[in-house]
Amino acid sequence: MANTTQVETTPQSGGKAKFIIGGVLIIAAIVYLIVSSASANAQYFLTVEEALEKSASGELDGRNLRISGAVIGDTIQYDSQTLKLSFMIAHVPGDNKDLEAEGGLATALHNAVNDPSRPRLEVVHEGPMPDLLQNEAQAIITGYLEEGGTFHADELLLKCPTKYEEAVPEQTG
Amino acid sequence: MAADIGYGSLIIAFLASLYGVGAAIYGERGKDNRWVESARKAMLLTFPLLTIAVVSIIYLILTDQFQVNYVAQVSSRNMPLYLKVSALWGSQAGSLVFWSWLLAAFASAVTLRKWDRDRDLLPWVIVVASGTLAFFLFLNVFFENPFTRLWQTAEGVTTAMIAPGNAIPFVPRDGQGLNPLLRHPGMVIHPPTLYLGFVAFIIPYAFAIASLIAGRTDDRWIRVTRKWTLWAWLFLSLGLVLGARWAYDVLGWGGYWGWDPVEISAFMPWLTGTAFLHSVMIQEKRSMFKQWNMVLIILTYDLVIFGTFLTRSGVLSSVHSFAQSAIGPLFFVFIVLTLGGSIGLLMYRWETLKSKNSLSSFFSREALFLLNNLLFVGILVTSFWGVIFPLISEIVTGQKVTVGPPFYERATAPLFGGLMLLMGVAPLSAWGYSSWKTLGRSLWKPFLASLLAVVAVFALGIWEPWYAVIAFWLVGFVITVTVYEFWRGSMSRMRRLGESFFTALWKLVTRYRRRYGGYIIHVSMILMALGIIGIEIFQTETQGTLAQGENLRLGAYTMTYDRLDNFDADNGSRNVARAVVSVSKDGEEVAELYPRRDFYYDSQQPATIPGVHSTLADDFYVILVDWEPVSESGATFKAYHNPLVKWLWIGSWAFLFGIILTAWPEKKEKRGLA
Repeated sequence: MANTTQVETTPQSGGKAKFIIGGVLIIAAIVYLIVSSASANAQYFLTVEEALEKSASGELDGRNLRISGAVIGDTIQYDSQTLKLSFMIAHVPGDNKDLEAEGGLATALHNAVNDPSRPRLEVVHEGPMPDLLQNEAQAIITGYLEEGGTFHADELLLKCPTKYEEAVPEQTG
Repeated sequence: MAADIGYGSLIIAFLASLYGVGAAIYGERGKDNRWVESARKAMLLTFPLLTIAVVSIIYLILTDQFQVNYVAQVSSRNMPLYLKVSALWGSQAGSLVFWSWLLAAFASAVTLRKWDRDRDLLPWVIVVASGTLAFFLFLNVFFENPFTRLWQTAEGVTTAMIAPGNAIPFVPRDGQGLNPLLRHPGMVIHPPTLYLGFVAFIIPYAFAIASLIAGRTDDRWIRVTRKWTLWAWLFLSLGLVLGARWAYDVLGWGGYWGWDPVEISAFMPWLTGTAFLHSVMIQEKRSMFKQWNMVLIILTYDLVIFGTFLTRSGVLSSVHSFAQSAIGPLFFVFIVLTLGGSIGLLMYRWETLKSKNSLSSFFSREALFLLNNLLFVGILVTSFWGVIFPLISEIVTGQKVTVGPPFYERATAPLFGGLMLLMGVAPLSAWGYSSWKTLGRSLWKPFLASLLAVVAVFALGIWEPWYAVIAFWLVGFVITVTVYEFWRGSMSRMRRLGESFFTALWKLVTRYRRRYGGYIIHVSMILMALGIIGIEIFQTETQGTLAQGENLRLGAYTMTYDRLDNFDADNGSRNVARAVVSVSKDGEEVAELYPRRDFYYDSQQPATIPGVHSTLADDFYVILVDWEPVSESGATFKAYHNPLVKWLWIGSWAFLFGIILTAWPEKKEKRGLA
């Protein structure tokens, strides 16, 4: 049914193919950009438990990772001379159902920090002390696991759920 | 009391918007104009009702009525007045009311226009606007009510509109106050600006859908909403820029844009909106791309809804959290329904929107416009892909994988470069037929002139990275072409009409504001690009701990730590640790900066405010990282050198000027060339 309109513009019978080929080439280029950039910059998003499990099997060597956990306030150490920051994060479930079962993110973070049996991960970072780094904050850290199991974070993202707001911010799962 | 009035008017507004939808459809089906008229009145009624709701919230905040949960969340006693007012959009419930209020204002303005030529569109415009409003008010009335109060019951504190049994009012002594990071003038105007842009895009969508339903295939809906679209685009763009500026001034990481999902969600409707602004010109000029324009405005509308949801809900990148908030699934359903309905309608009218014209040559204006659209949509798809990548990867591989800023930068930079190239090439192309040769003839002069930019870059000693050189060339190229266009137009007037150069230039721009205003917008984008190139490619940083009198070097700059002041400010509501730093360049003192860290007692949160010395060539940006509280010995600083970033803000002003020039109401209807 589309054929009726094509006849009217005669000189472009070969023109249409030209545009289709051109369009396809451009779209292919865009797809290539997306796919190649995605594979070059992909990061596994893991919980502390998953990270520890997988690192034991050597599966994560040299991989760029993103890990979410609860900041344990007592372990925060900061050397302002060298800007070296280190702290521990405790495992928080990645699945929202599990978080809900614990009574929301704020409670889950609180439980994680106060439960010594939870898997923990040591994090080191170099840079200014983030404003939101405090006990029971949710940390989303990007970087890689060093030998010996310490996590070297290139980037820290911190969120503090307030007691009134129950919305769950970024979470792994 | 004010809370009850506010909630009551929300409910009535919700009912009125529902009634508007029903009455408009009924009146249209029965060809009974009285019902349509009634729907129109219902639409008009929502604005005063929502004004009451908004005023009620502001009143509750200003009078410190902390029994109202929302007030306790976003306000506190010692917040200054302007922050208290802006607390209206400080959290989800209030910002949704604000959003509805803007929509009611715009929709009312639209229903008040003269409809004589487009009487058939009126009922459907009301249906779309009223329907959208009804959805947002539904959320407010049933899920995100800003008027609920706190009650003390036997089990603890709960929130409810009406007192539960055996409950007594619970009134916190003070509110939590706005998040310190949001206590900045930029944050006061950034959200409403963005929202103005978001909401204004609903109007062209409403007209588009009305045209589809009414079966009109002309471009009347585009002409009617052209100015709306421009203003919407202005506010959306400004909202994005203000957000960037706020990040640069307050967040203290030396950047302005982090490819955060929330940022991207505000950026995506901008991309489709910008593509739309360009491609409607082809429809007006050549009656082509009618279907495509429909697709773009439908996408823009649903991206606006998606963006509103994401920017406000705190859901962020986790698609899982859709199940978390009560309103998440509702948004999802609404988006699916409106998107599905709109696309279905478009399919139904697909054949009637076919164009008799078709593309004839690669280098014609319309083909280049199409390419521009492809690039914008390419950036959109990239951004969207990045946001949903974690979900896709989890479905496919069972492992959640995310992508960060490097993904977006790498994938979109060539596309942005392509857009810059088009800004240089397209203005010199011809409509209809244009070949490599004809285009080359008009391009070679500005092309040669633009090579001066490359020479200048080399002269400054910048040889790498190669993409920086190309980027600088593109900046030079677009500016040259644009100046050439102004010059050519003025010269032609001078020859034909014997006007002086400035008269010719003035008349050229004021007669053809759409075209030349558009060029000014192009140049402003290029200036912004210059700032982005500077900071993205050439940013350097250093850090160090300094005793008083010691200094830190970065590039040509040396900063010296003079002293630290520690004091309470704003009636003791926050503690300020403020370093005094003198900055010199090549041995000459150029500025004294005060990087500081504020600690807010009410929310127990610090905020780091950088000190910035800004020049046209570069910014020297310093953050106070840490300090010794007792001894006056040492403080740690982090410093950034951000070349050219000031052009990002200068470009924003030029943009504002360009778009106001283009969108300003005309005395009588005149049409520009492009």
